[in-house]
Amino acid sequence: MNIALKKTIGSLQITAPIILGVLLFINLLNPLLQKFYPSIFTGNYLIDPLIGAIAGSASFGIPIISYITGGELLKQGVSLLAVIAFILSWSTVGLVMMPLEITHLGKKFAIWRNSINFFTSIIIAILTAITLNLIK
Amino acid sequence: MNNFIKKIPNRYRFLTVVLLIYVTTSIFDMDFVFSSLKKSALNLFEILPIILFVYILMYLINRYVNTKIIQKHMGQESGIKGWLYAILGSIIISGPAYLLFPLIGELKKSGMKNSLIAIFLNNKNVQLSFLPPMVYYFGLRFTVVISIYIIIFTVLSGIIIDKVLKNEKLPQDV
Repeated sequence: MNIALKKTIGSLQITAPIILGVLLFINLLNPLLQKFYPSIFTGNYLIDPLIGAIAGSASFGIPIISYITGGELLKQGVSLLAVIAFILSWSTVGLVMMPLEITHLGKKFAIWRNSINFFTSIIIAILTAITLNLIK
Repeated sequence: MNNFIKKIPNRYRFLTVVLLIYVTTSIFDMDFVFSSLKKSALNLFEILPIILFVYILMYLINRYVNTKIIQKHMGQESGIKGWLYAILGSIIISGPAYLLFPLIGELKKSGMKNSLIAIFLNNKNVQLSFLPPMVYYFGLRFTVVISIYIIIFTVLSGIIIDKVLKNEKLPQDV
């Protein structure tokens, strides 16, 4: 077996059980979290994006799922600020993905990357909401 | 329980803990567990083509791209060209970040610098395949504004990561 194939199979052997674990964990956690979304967003312009970012960090998946959830949250009266922070942190901050990220990229890298993304999702939410208001 | 988990190889530890949570939850709500298992199976089926694509790409990189090439185009001396490659790559190559971790891990071992890895992983919303649904749900104006901010902050986060992780070592193989 050539070295490239051996390396690729080795990586798949490490990753497959973690991906399976992550999928199982997300599908156990997401339905529980989604029930609480409408009640935890209060309309506060400072707390909402923070809660949005926390909720997005705990729920992980492909961005399109967060757009659907975000669209529904907007319909239920949740502020745009919260929804933006939610959809951004959904795809860039992955608390449940940390074991996989640490395995491949290192603990320090994973912690820093996720922390920075958590805060930038709030900053981008605020800037986007302000910009959209200005160019109305 | 702690000793039992510690005896399990790292790669199976997380899965084992999740399975134990499933077993415990099933005692209280079997229907909920079945529904979660069904959703997980569907998700797995959905992401299989992406996994296949990622691992074929990884094999080709392992086979044909050597350390020198990575270091030249995405290493410490890659300069502005490296940043552009990372931004373009992150826009073109779609898929959840967690499926790209193994591929990026291989590129990191070959010398890809931390800032470019961060750019590649952080820009998960400005992607060709996800922009049309974003326009559909939030409108064109929203999509243009947020995309500009995402790209600016993705680059900024890359710069910060590069500064704080200058001497970081690679994780040990599991």
